[in-house]
Amino acid sequence: MLVDLVQLTIFGLVVGGIFALGAVGVSLLFGILRFANFAHGDMMTLGAYLALVFVGPLALPMWVAFPAALAGTALAAVAIDRALFKRLRRASPVILLISSFGLALILRSLIQIIWGPENIVYWTDIVLPWRLGEIRIRPPHVVMLAVTVALVVALHLFLTRTRIGKAMRAMADDPDLARITGIPTERVILWTWALGGALAAAAGIFLAVDTRLNPLLGWNVLLPVFAAALLGGIGKPYGAIAGGFLLGVAGEVSTLVLDPVYKPAVAFAVIVLVLVYRPTGLFGGR
Amino acid sequence: MELVGLLSFLVFFLTLSGIYAVMALGLNVQWGFSGQFNIGIAGFWAVGSYTAAILTTPESPFHLGGFGWPFLPSALVAALLAAVIALLIGLICVNLRTDYLAIATIGIGEIIRLVLKNEEWLTNGVRGIPAIPRPFSGLGRELEALLFLGLVVATILVVYALVERARRSPWGRVQRAIRENEPAALAAGKNVLRFRLEAFVLGAAIMGFGGALYAHFAGFISPEAFDPLFATFLVWVMLIAGGSGNNIGAVLGAFAIWALWSGTQFMTAFLPIEWAARAGAVRVLLVGLLLQVILITRPEGLLPERPPRPAVRD
Repeated sequence: MLVDLVQLTIFGLVVGGIFALGAVGVSLLFGILRFANFAHGDMMTLGAYLALVFVGPLALPMWVAFPAALAGTALAAVAIDRALFKRLRRASPVILLISSFGLALILRSLIQIIWGPENIVYWTDIVLPWRLGEIRIRPPHVVMLAVTVALVVALHLFLTRTRIGKAMRAMADDPDLARITGIPTERVILWTWALGGALAAAAGIFLAVDTRLNPLLGWNVLLPVFAAALLGGIGKPYGAIAGGFLLGVAGEVSTLVLDPVYKPAVAFAVIVLVLVYRPTGLFGGR
Repeated sequence: MELVGLLSFLVFFLTLSGIYAVMALGLNVQWGFSGQFNIGIAGFWAVGSYTAAILTTPESPFHLGGFGWPFLPSALVAALLAAVIALLIGLICVNLRTDYLAIATIGIGEIIRLVLKNEEWLTNGVRGIPAIPRPFSGLGRELEALLFLGLVVATILVVYALVERARRSPWGRVQRAIRENEPAALAAGKNVLRFRLEAFVLGAAIMGFGGALYAHFAGFISPEAFDPLFATFLVWVMLIAGGSGNNIGAVLGAFAIWALWSGTQFMTAFLPIEWAARAGAVRVLLVGLLLQVILITRPEGLLPERPPRPAVRD
């Protein structure tokens, strides 16, 4: 029982890191542009497929493909904002929401048109897990967790040490106040899309390494990603990270008592409980 | 012979778009009147379809069934069950902010889909429920299809009369007031929560009834049929294109978008053969782009909302 619990917690931390990376972008975009980006899951998918271009046809190693895919997805996110959301800046947040829902389907169908609907893997070699007593640890999981931690540290430095990062936090906290103090809002919005896109790509690649690439990859985890963002409090990047890890572990550990097919229901239950009892999230966002 | 084929295609097309029109009217009550963002349409649709299927199919070892009910009572129960589920969800979620409600409704849709997929005793899991009887069966194919179309049209007329009356009534006025300015409605002493809940439940009941129609029309349902894409996304595009808040717009949007959607099928038929597997994705892409164009250029839709004039008092 204890062994199971430890094992599931390890899986939960890996999955939680994926949720956390997705949730940071959702939370910042929600704080700054005032809408829940329903295309975020499909941005994750896009990042995962961009990495496939580098490791597959171009036969580059993953440590090259990873940053390249992050940069590519960040550019795509900025391009999407220019082409679409910029024109809707003055529309009500709900219009943006509908638009992002449509964008999710556009991205997904583009991915299906280019890469087809099948399951794809980055590489086929089998890596044997390490054994620590009865606990098994998969080497890719260790790498993924380490990179997640590195990305979170980089994010922290960006948000606290750079001007644009500080401006981003200020705007996510209170857009009107930020505008009064002369923060260049359009530039902050641009950077937020780029940051959200890059982190989403990292999450998507990890998810694809852990499972398989398919066009529904990101959409399938959108619910827990939103749940993590809400749990952490909208507009609070650190809250979103904590929320992601909490939700990842909770989801895995729930399989001890719950049929695993209902794992997504855990995320939903968390959403409902948070919204009803603590709508500002655990850490007091909006 | 050609003509008969064309006519039967027309009947098929009108029936299916008519079912979508019922869905769009249901969504219009939730979104157009009351401003509640539901992207769990697929869930309510599926509840309606499965209820109707289980109540009308003959006994089967693979799923719950064998009640052998006729169409109308089972469709009403389907609407009722969708309404009950909406009520339970609504009691928790309806007073949430629009964007939070949206997130909650995806969760609901997802959970309903998981239940349908995994509770085999109830629904036969992914293999679905076949042999759902058609009303008017035994009258010959053409007549049967025609009468079913009549049933769908009658449903649209009844639902339209109902929701249009609701829209013009004081109830509809309060809904609009809540949508436009919730604090003001609250200050005027309206029970905002209750009005929103009523709109949410009414819309879901209409979707449940539409779902029952769909089950009888399709004859076979499985969880695949309730992909959020077809069930939820198309209905949203229909309502936005037609004009949210406008009931005629909702019906018109359903027919127009379904015509376009079917039209893209003819277009993708000209794609090279190796693209055949991707034709579905091309169609979704086109409709997705269309939605963005509408949102940017004409967000009020083909027929914008026209609030009824207030009655002049002397």
